[in-house]
Amino acid sequence: MHTTYLENLAESLRGALGDRLIEIQVRYGELTINVHAEDIFTASAMLRDDPILAFDTLIDLCGIDYLTYGDNLSEKNNFKNRRFAVIYHLLSVDRNHRLRIRVLTENNDFPVVDSVTEIWPVANWFEREAFDLYGIVFTGHLDLRRILTDYGFIGNPFRKDFPITGYVEMRYDAEQKRVIYQPVTIEPREITPLVIREENYGDCES
Amino acid sequence: MAEIRNYTMNFGPQHPAAHGVLRLVLELDGEVVLRADPHIGLLHRATEKLAENKTYIQSVPYMDRLDYVSMMVNEHAYVMAIEKLLQVEVPIRAQYIRVMFDEITRILNHLLWIGAHALDVGAMTMFLYAFREREDLMDCYEAVSGARLHAAYYRPGGVYRDLPDTMPQYQPSKIHNQKQTRVRNANREGSLLDFIEDFTNRFPTYVDEYETLLTDNRIWKQRLVDIGIVSPERAKALGFTGPMLRGSGVEWDLRRKQPYEVYDRIDFDIPVGVNGDCYDRYLVRMEEFRQSNRIIKQCIDWLRINPGPVITDNHKIAPPSRVDMKQNMEEMIHHFKLFTEGFHVPPGETYAAVEHPKGEFGIYLVSNGANKPYRLKIRAPGFAHLAALDEMSRGHMISDVVAIIGTQDIVFGEIDR
Repeated sequence: MHTTYLENLAESLRGALGDRLIEIQVRYGELTINVHAEDIFTASAMLRDDPILAFDTLIDLCGIDYLTYGDNLSEKNNFKNRRFAVIYHLLSVDRNHRLRIRVLTENNDFPVVDSVTEIWPVANWFEREAFDLYGIVFTGHLDLRRILTDYGFIGNPFRKDFPITGYVEMRYDAEQKRVIYQPVTIEPREITPLVIREENYGDCES
Repeated sequence: MAEIRNYTMNFGPQHPAAHGVLRLVLELDGEVVLRADPHIGLLHRATEKLAENKTYIQSVPYMDRLDYVSMMVNEHAYVMAIEKLLQVEVPIRAQYIRVMFDEITRILNHLLWIGAHALDVGAMTMFLYAFREREDLMDCYEAVSGARLHAAYYRPGGVYRDLPDTMPQYQPSKIHNQKQTRVRNANREGSLLDFIEDFTNRFPTYVDEYETLLTDNRIWKQRLVDIGIVSPERAKALGFTGPMLRGSGVEWDLRRKQPYEVYDRIDFDIPVGVNGDCYDRYLVRMEEFRQSNRIIKQCIDWLRINPGPVITDNHKIAPPSRVDMKQNMEEMIHHFKLFTEGFHVPPGETYAAVEHPKGEFGIYLVSNGANKPYRLKIRAPGFAHLAALDEMSRGHMISDVVAIIGTQDIVFGEIDR
């Protein structure tokens, strides 16, 4: 997509959202804006109804946990000490453009964001998924149940402090003649260690 | 007078028409559906979490297992996201190979869809017809990657290797004697491209056969026409993409609207429906068969006359050749680092989407500079489609729910991830 087109789009966003818009970034030909958690509902309604922006579809909504993102990077991106965020990917089928919105939650222990299901009905399951996997609560969502994990699952498996092996495993117990849960018996292992290189390693731009 | 109550019926997760492990809780008034509540997650494998603990290359085969009937297109979105963050250039020949295999995959996916959809509605023959053609396309997968389903053929920076010059041949056995084997091997004498070209010449006739069976079939039309109607505005609000959106009359195709790889150099049409019912979506997908066939033909013509590299020569991302690796110290180090540590992706975030046979398949990738993704979000088209099942099936009969599941082209590998 052309840069001028993105600049025009950024300009219309500034005009439409005003001071609700905290930050605007363009990278890899993609536009990202940051919005406060309390503004997301009104901002979404504006983005959908504005005739120039016309974001008629929510393509994706997901949670993210910035716990181990790295202090330098978090500082650079202005989300130091904020743990959870919700990422919205919007698409305008009419106008053929995309937008990413990042909403950082205020409280790290009890992340809450307003639901956008009234604006884009598709958000229903996506918000349930973010609630299930990250424990982000969407106020105004009418049916906030777990969606992907098992019935009666405890914890939020995609949080960075949740081990990849989980806490419990399930097996059939021949004596009790039923399926039981027990603490995991496998050791967590890492085949390839996580490595973060210093800046400009291997001539890649940072 | 007896008290009249609504039934709540459990449909699945073990049901032949549930396309895998869908559990539906249906609230019924007689035989009319009042509410449908799909319970998903029975195939949840936490692919996104696993990818956070694997290097970028190690996650490529996981992508095959998402939508396990359109394997290579899933890989495509994933490698595109990595390439975007790495800012690497993909050789033009690799781009054509990817487009060709994307379209082969689209035909594979639609063949399974028409087979399963028709079977659900009651037409057994379609399933057998569809699997006859899938066999040939699976052979293309096998010839190029060694695997018939989970190919792991696309790699960041290109594709794993160039198209082979020979096709594997059938051997005579107890069932097929020498003469029969020669007939079966007739289109396998040349290269892979010859084999695919032979297929593309035969395929339009096959699509005609399917249409003869179904398009004007009275039972087929009675089961599909005016079932699950979605208006264009509603389709957009419900997050529909791909044939589901086009069936409602919205001309939207990422291959045309936001072209990636070499789709902007290729000539094809976008079929669009009118009424937004199951029958229109069926017609849209049937036309996509023909259009994909057209795209494959154009790719074959280009690939025949344009040899070249198929993967980037940046050996920090793609492995060097075996010969170089054994003779050259620097390539040896590259090889060692790639396969022990993997490559590092610069910090940043990106979203890459492809026109998957089912809709828009997107990968949201966040990197913090490590050799593993920090966060990988898979945007599966079927997830949004299945979420709309409740709205689409309200007021219809139970048997129509089966037709709607079929028209949505549900595959649980991608929905549950």
